[in-house]
Amino acid sequence: MPQKMVGNAAVDVDADGYLTDFSQWTRDVAAAIAAEEGIAALGPAHWKVIEFMQKEFKETGQAPSIRRLNKSGVITTKELYELFPGGPAKKAARIAGLKKPEGCV
Amino acid sequence: MRHLVILGAGTGGTVAANHLRKKLSRKEWALTVVDRDDEHYYQPGFLFIPFGFLEKKDIVKPKSKFLPKGVDFIQAEIDRIFPAENRVLLEDGRSLPYDYLIVATGAEIVPSETPGMLEGWRETIFDFYTPDGAEALGAKLKTFSGGTLAVHVNETPIKCPVAPLEFAFFCDDCLRRHGKRDKVEIVYVTPLPGAFTKPVASRILGGLLEKKNIRMVADFNAEKVDAAARKIVGYDGREVPYDLLVTVPTNMGSEMIERSGMGNEFRFLPTDPATLRAKKFENIFALGDATDVPASKAGSVVHFQSEILAENILRAIDGRPLEPAFDGHANCFVEMGKGKAILIDFNYETEPLPGRFPFPLLGPLPLLKPSRINHWGKLVFRWIYWHLLLRGRKIPFVPARMKMAGKKRPGAARDGSQ
Repeated sequence: MPQKMVGNAAVDVDADGYLTDFSQWTRDVAAAIAAEEGIAALGPAHWKVIEFMQKEFKETGQAPSIRRLNKSGVITTKELYELFPGGPAKKAARIAGLKKPEGCV
Repeated sequence: MRHLVILGAGTGGTVAANHLRKKLSRKEWALTVVDRDDEHYYQPGFLFIPFGFLEKKDIVKPKSKFLPKGVDFIQAEIDRIFPAENRVLLEDGRSLPYDYLIVATGAEIVPSETPGMLEGWRETIFDFYTPDGAEALGAKLKTFSGGTLAVHVNETPIKCPVAPLEFAFFCDDCLRRHGKRDKVEIVYVTPLPGAFTKPVASRILGGLLEKKNIRMVADFNAEKVDAAARKIVGYDGREVPYDLLVTVPTNMGSEMIERSGMGNEFRFLPTDPATLRAKKFENIFALGDATDVPASKAGSVVHFQSEILAENILRAIDGRPLEPAFDGHANCFVEMGKGKAILIDFNYETEPLPGRFPFPLLGPLPLLKPSRINHWGKLVFRWIYWHLLLRGRKIPFVPARMKMAGKKRPGAARDGSQ
């Protein structure tokens, strides 16, 4: 399993840069990954999404879909794209220390 | 008398009924199947209708014809399931009590989920996931004189995730044969980062799009369709203009699941991916497109699931532990045009890989590589579907669980399991 420095921490990641051991996740690690993803600073709205994703992951074993985030009332899809430009489901999951969302086959 | 009720007489419900009627004593168990209509469509055939290769009447037979003797077939709309009361309520007011329930109500396209999509519906916006849609698209293609043809996947998961690729390949092929390819730009618009979800297949299929001069717009999530201006607008602000939009709208489970309060955000029933038992209900099982398991929504998957589902229902009835045996196995032919097709074989853990199928070296079917014999395989499959698959019979040499034998990971050392 490759190791990688994010910020000041060495973490285990998969080939796509997702943490493989959630116990290594900290808010600093999250901020460092966010910076890699081009998000300069994580604000309260980002944290709300990250925390919701972690809670869902704990309950279901999967990162929630964009539709799930939208339906849960946490955030609209439009806002989600503003907070995590590009691929919000994947970026937010990576920042939250979750495994890569299962590409639906 | 105890009751097993199956909701849905599509591929999953029909195969499950055929397996279980054989295994459950007729003296002890009544078996009831409910569906809203009696028309069983061979869904892989939808793809061929817009190009005139098949007609609606070629791919439809009565559902009831494929159910075994000793099954009570009720044609009615299902209102909802009352899982706490172990009963199903039909819209006509009838109530069906059950000891065990199988949910096989499938998935359907829901264009109304995307603002604006219905405004140009069947004028400049078409689907080929319904028999009527495929037929209407066929009529439209005949008169389409040129411009931008966008093939669009709105949101994943969708049934048969390779179908939109096949559609794009067929369009290219058809236009070339008619000498009109230079009049039409084909664009492939997908929310995925590439042509497919898994890297090796994505690379190979993406390469084929490029070779056929089909432009890919990836990572595109549609916020709305502006039917008047004929463009798809993405959440990130990107726009894809079109003259003809062939879309695969958001796929969702049955509204009945939502009315029952049992579904996830896509109205799919949360189901254990290995045992196929509903996560929250001991005596409810599910298979096929109706579940949320992360396998392809495809007929081959239902076929592989059905054996395991039948075994697990028998185990549940006997009070034995369930067998966590479903591995996500899928097996699909991908039509490429020009009489060739690609075959892919994969599961939850193993992505589609090159190699030979079903036998290493001998094949005869090559994996992840265009070939004529795969195209013939797809054509033969229609016969297999009606005569073997729906009846719950085994398909020769293709077991429920995926085999590694014959597969090769490109660039990797020889796989130890070969």
